[in-house]
Amino acid sequence: MDHDPFRWGRPNDATYGGYNTKIAHANPQAGNAAMPTMNTQQPIVTGTSVIAMKFKDGIVIAADNLGSYGALARFDDVERLFPVGENTVVGISGDISDLQYISRLLEDLEIDNNYDYDGHSLRAPHIHEYLQKVFYARRSKMDPLWNSTIVGGFDDEGKPFLKYVDLLGVKYSAPTLATGFGAYLASPILRKVIFEEKDVEKVDEETARNAIKECMKVLYYRDARSLDKYSMITITKEKGVVFEKNLRSENQSWRFAKDIKGYGTQKV
Amino acid sequence: MRSRRRNTNLSLIKVEYALEAIKQGSAVVGLTTKTHAVLVALKRNAEELGSYQKKIIKVDEHLGIALAGLAPDARVLSNYLREQALNQKMVFNRPLSTEKASILLADKAQKNTQSYGGRPYGVGLLIIGYDETGAHLFEFQPSGSSLEYVGAAIGARSQAGRTYLERTFEEYANATKEELIVHGLNALRDTLAQDKELTKLNTSIAVVGKDTEFTLYDDDDVQQWLDRLDSVANNRRGAAAGNDDDDDEDENNDEGDEKKDDAAASAEEEGVKDEDKMETDE
Repeated sequence: MDHDPFRWGRPNDATYGGYNTKIAHANPQAGNAAMPTMNTQQPIVTGTSVIAMKFKDGIVIAADNLGSYGALARFDDVERLFPVGENTVVGISGDISDLQYISRLLEDLEIDNNYDYDGHSLRAPHIHEYLQKVFYARRSKMDPLWNSTIVGGFDDEGKPFLKYVDLLGVKYSAPTLATGFGAYLASPILRKVIFEEKDVEKVDEETARNAIKECMKVLYYRDARSLDKYSMITITKEKGVVFEKNLRSENQSWRFAKDIKGYGTQKV
Repeated sequence: MRSRRRNTNLSLIKVEYALEAIKQGSAVVGLTTKTHAVLVALKRNAEELGSYQKKIIKVDEHLGIALAGLAPDARVLSNYLREQALNQKMVFNRPLSTEKASILLADKAQKNTQSYGGRPYGVGLLIIGYDETGAHLFEFQPSGSSLEYVGAAIGARSQAGRTYLERTFEEYANATKEELIVHGLNALRDTLAQDKELTKLNTSIAVVGKDTEFTLYDDDDVQQWLDRLDSVANNRRGAAAGNDDDDDEDENNDEGDEKKDDAAASAEEEGVKDEDKMETDE
């Protein structure tokens, strides 16, 4: 399919008359006055789940490197985790072009903050609040940034911080979080490790990382838009941001696959 | 297009006038410890039956300013600061830092010195605030400078207040909130004209700090603090008689001669100003 809307054409001018730019706040300055203003109606190239959890000294977050074009695994080198400032990471799923736009916003934010360095560092809650305002402002213009994101780091009291925000500006926090398909496939597994906030104290870095790795493997088994190559960031006070790239889901076992019935041409 | 009128020593004349306007305003004093910051101000009324001009403006729960000079200009600046504080709260869910506040004001003021047609703000401000890096005091000038102090005084006869602060700042470095306010009032008292005294009507007090939201004391609420002073009148005569010898060594000392007229006093301040400027220019 031709995905360039400018080549889709429009009803014949001779028959229907030219496009009336006065309708629906159409923006004639946008380069092509013959076309209406166009807002995002659907994501194009997409990234799948981001999963994250707290542990007693910090947070761990992971996202695979796949950029899907519909069902096609188009790009296998998309980085979807972005460290911001000293102790914060933003994980982004959804539209990749909007992801790139957000990463530029975050970069600008960090630069601006560093200009007036006055000992007030930009921490995870501040970045989360900022992103939420950006998302909500865009959805209010009926031109959303088509993403779900997880912001991880430390709060003002220095405790582990994990909070979600998406294209509608919806926000919530929990000791374990997942976007997209991960919310169905990974959340139950992560909740076995940490069910509620008070359980965070009992979980160490090793346990948390293993739980996230296990979830990335399960997601690769069951999410058809995923990849077994992923990035993971662990943030602790002690070691700061530890960025691991090009990780592989190890010890895959596809034996369960032969028992899955009810799809395709096979007779059950 | 830029057009600047300069005098021979390359300073901007209109900025000089603006700095002069600060000296016309009544005095305000600010001082800090690590945990608290205090503003005290002397309010003026145009006539006996008139109300007193507000000198201290709350900006946010943790931030406030005191002004000397043109009050309308100060209101414009405080509205701008409130806007910025609110914006920081809304967009980032954090309070506006005191240093950022003072830089924002300074940048805004500097723009007015850059282009033709405009005029600089005719007001000086003392900004106090408490944030995650502790309590802070900044002095804002319409020239676009903004510097941090542990104690500062601006406005008419403020040199006397500054002299008090210079003499006592080591004492109040670890003072409690209450002691800090008393020190502030002592400094303010030294700036009084001969026949004036601090009253609950002409004195404003503000304090902010650890576990203390920005609190403004006016009118009846001021009396409790004035009661802590040994005297509400300017006691420079007594002080001059008592420790004249020590203070004469201070070249900026104006304790000695009370009968000095206003012109002479402001001439002396001018001298001090120039000296300050040389230091900042280095």
